[in-house]
Amino acid sequence: MKYLLPLALLATPALAQDRPVLTVYTYDSFVSDWGPGPAIEKAFEAECACDLQFVAAGDGAALLARLKLEGERTRADVVLGLDTNLTAAAAETGLFGQHDLGDLSLDLPVDWEDDMFVPFDWGYFAFVHNTGITPPTSFRELADSDLKIVIQDPRSSTPGLGLLLWVKAAYGDEAPAIWEGLVDNILTVTKGWSESYGMFTEGEADMVLSYTTSPAYHLIAEEDDTKAAAPFTEGHYLQIEVAATVASSDRIDLANDFLAFMLTDGFQSVIPTTNWMYPAVLPAAGLPKGFETLTDPETALIFPAGEAEEARDVALAEWLTALSR
Amino acid sequence: MKARAKAAPPVRRDRGLAVWAGGLAAGFILLLTFGSVVAVLSRAEGGLTLGAGDWAAIRFTVLQAALSAALSVGLAVPVARALARRRFAGRAVLVTLMGAPFILPVIVAVLGLVMVFGRAGWVSHLLALFGLAPVNIYGLHGVVIAHVFFNLPLATRLILQGWLAIPAERFRLAATLGMGPGDIARHLGRPMLRATLPGAFMVIFLICTTSFAVALALGGGPRATTVELAIYQAFRFDFDLSRAALLALIQLAISGAAALLALWVAVPQATGAGLDRTVERWDAATPGLRLLDGGLIALAALFLLLPLLAVALRGLPELASLPAPVWAAAWRSLWVAGLSVVLALTLAMAMTLAITRLRHRPALSRGVEVTGYLAVAVSPLVIGTGLFLILFPLVDPVALALPVTALVNAVMALPFALRALVPAAAEVESRFGPLADSLGMTGLNRLRRLTLPRLRRPLGFAAALTGALSMGDLGVIALFADPDGATLPLLLFRYMGSYRMETAAGVALLLLGLSLLIFWCLDRGGRVNADL
Repeated sequence: MKYLLPLALLATPALAQDRPVLTVYTYDSFVSDWGPGPAIEKAFEAECACDLQFVAAGDGAALLARLKLEGERTRADVVLGLDTNLTAAAAETGLFGQHDLGDLSLDLPVDWEDDMFVPFDWGYFAFVHNTGITPPTSFRELADSDLKIVIQDPRSSTPGLGLLLWVKAAYGDEAPAIWEGLVDNILTVTKGWSESYGMFTEGEADMVLSYTTSPAYHLIAEEDDTKAAAPFTEGHYLQIEVAATVASSDRIDLANDFLAFMLTDGFQSVIPTTNWMYPAVLPAAGLPKGFETLTDPETALIFPAGEAEEARDVALAEWLTALSR
Repeated sequence: MKARAKAAPPVRRDRGLAVWAGGLAAGFILLLTFGSVVAVLSRAEGGLTLGAGDWAAIRFTVLQAALSAALSVGLAVPVARALARRRFAGRAVLVTLMGAPFILPVIVAVLGLVMVFGRAGWVSHLLALFGLAPVNIYGLHGVVIAHVFFNLPLATRLILQGWLAIPAERFRLAATLGMGPGDIARHLGRPMLRATLPGAFMVIFLICTTSFAVALALGGGPRATTVELAIYQAFRFDFDLSRAALLALIQLAISGAAALLALWVAVPQATGAGLDRTVERWDAATPGLRLLDGGLIALAALFLLLPLLAVALRGLPELASLPAPVWAAAWRSLWVAGLSVVLALTLAMAMTLAITRLRHRPALSRGVEVTGYLAVAVSPLVIGTGLFLILFPLVDPVALALPVTALVNAVMALPFALRALVPAAAEVESRFGPLADSLGMTGLNRLRRLTLPRLRRPLGFAAALTGALSMGDLGVIALFADPDGATLPLLLFRYMGSYRMETAAGVALLLLGLSLLIFWCLDRGGRVNADL
């Protein structure tokens, strides 16, 4: 013992330094102090004997662009925060590895089959409004109303692209007509979600393109029950956010451990009240109080990953034509 | 002349040094701007093609930038004249405060404008009292209003500097000759404006060419697509790096042409020397002119200060309860701003001296100056991506996030620093150059005893502008930052992205306050004992 004690003292700091580092690339709001990042880092480090480091890069699309720029020399072991509109393009890069989690047991509104990308949360796009107004129940009703909406540009924003695909999935070839009907309702289009949502909370527009889960934030974090999401009869477009390992990672086992951890309570129970999305696997304790008040769409719309990119290009051209007049 | 040049070799050596330093600075900026575009281009696959949408974006960009610059400068002329010939309590504070829109983060400014001029804004509420319809700011006019909001303060300051550079003796002479306001405008105002306006127009035009978030939000939709948005689309929607780089080059070409044109049109002013006496304006003492000037100043102040007031009122309740990371980020931002100021002043001084010394070779002199303006016209997305590509194989870009942000912010502020310094330095040379030459005052001695003291006011202004701009600009940090290394604007952005609009409003107010404080201190520092 005499000899061991000083050795142990010497060893402790060395051990801390030798902990393997797992680098996870994710989007910006994930790592904000109120985002899921800090709690998840703590929970995973408690069981992995590793150092989890987040690197933040814009949003999902910026994340993929960043990885493409870096190529195989990337430091990333895991990329967390792409969505189903990006997974096909992401798979094409050949940069991502297959997960070793076998069959996934998930609580998603749709079936999930993908041997590369693992969902960690999901949500529906929706128009959020103040409870004072009578919300429209479909895009057509919205087009016929005098209500003003703020939306995001699909070229620079993830929800903006979601709306584009929502209309396309619901209306197919009739989508251009729907957009033409909406032109006089669209107060303006912003670069990102934050500008839109800020304008809405300032009372500038009647409705804003966001998520069905947005009212949960106001209810739970601000005790404000005056926000609601309008249910649309066409159904709502689904956003599924996913993560995957990077094939070139030299800590691939640890990366897969992280994906496995991602589907446990330590990760999933943090999601509802930090990322304000539905967890991909329902935690043992269920959803936080307040989530039961949210709009629960009957129909979930989504393009399969392979078709999203083609639909996207057609829909963008239609959107630009309709709104540029 | 030949004989004199031979007789004074030290002068030539000294000039050579300044020219070398300026050339080095210009080369560095060329490397940074074109290097980053080339780096992006080097990773491109496929040919260089532009679609119809891209051409529409180019047309809209030039149109809105030209309109915004023309209107900003046009409105700044009477406002600057009014400020130049009036003295009143709180004038210095007003001049500083009116400069604030220029240094606001874009996202905050948009919300501030909407709170005042939007459908549910203060103005619409006021109109509703009289039974009038709310104002609609969304459209080309909205883009122009927003850009005037940002740039009117800058234009006003640049023209005001022009008025202040006119020696007091001129106004005394004008008074003894019995000149009225019209004569003063013709004999003193017009030559000064002829020298100042093209430069001011050009700088504002350049800033407006890279506008994106403002143009889109207030432009009301995809009709207001600018080149920068087209670059975004090419980059993140299609991952078409060649198109992104090509669009960035087009942006550069438009800006380069505008800068050359402005320098060619501008006629350097030859006011002659004065004794730095306080200007007294006997010409503008009539009640009518007092009323006009008072009205103009009040209108400009209302237009510029109301959105700031809206931002401040929103943030005030949150200020006391800001979370700890905000203060760490504030410290980081101050650090970035400080480094930016040092870098920008070093580059700007080197280039200013070279531009002044190269007067006898106008092509070279203009070349150096235009280079200084170019950086602001490079797409921030392309410069960030290019730098990332250059640094990534060598070092961990995340570790260099703050210095790189400071450097890019410094280069972005360079045009404003040059606009303030170059005319002033030219005047110092023409007024005191021959005397200094005949005294054999050269090198560091000349810089320390003549140039720097005479440039103190524009140097202070340039430092103030750089510091405040760097504080408020998101810059390239978003591409590089790690979660714990955010600056204040990035933190603000992240808070808004996680629904924390109230906290973000508090951060916005803190950011505004700190930027103004920096601006005030540095600007004042340059004006100790000076009367403005």
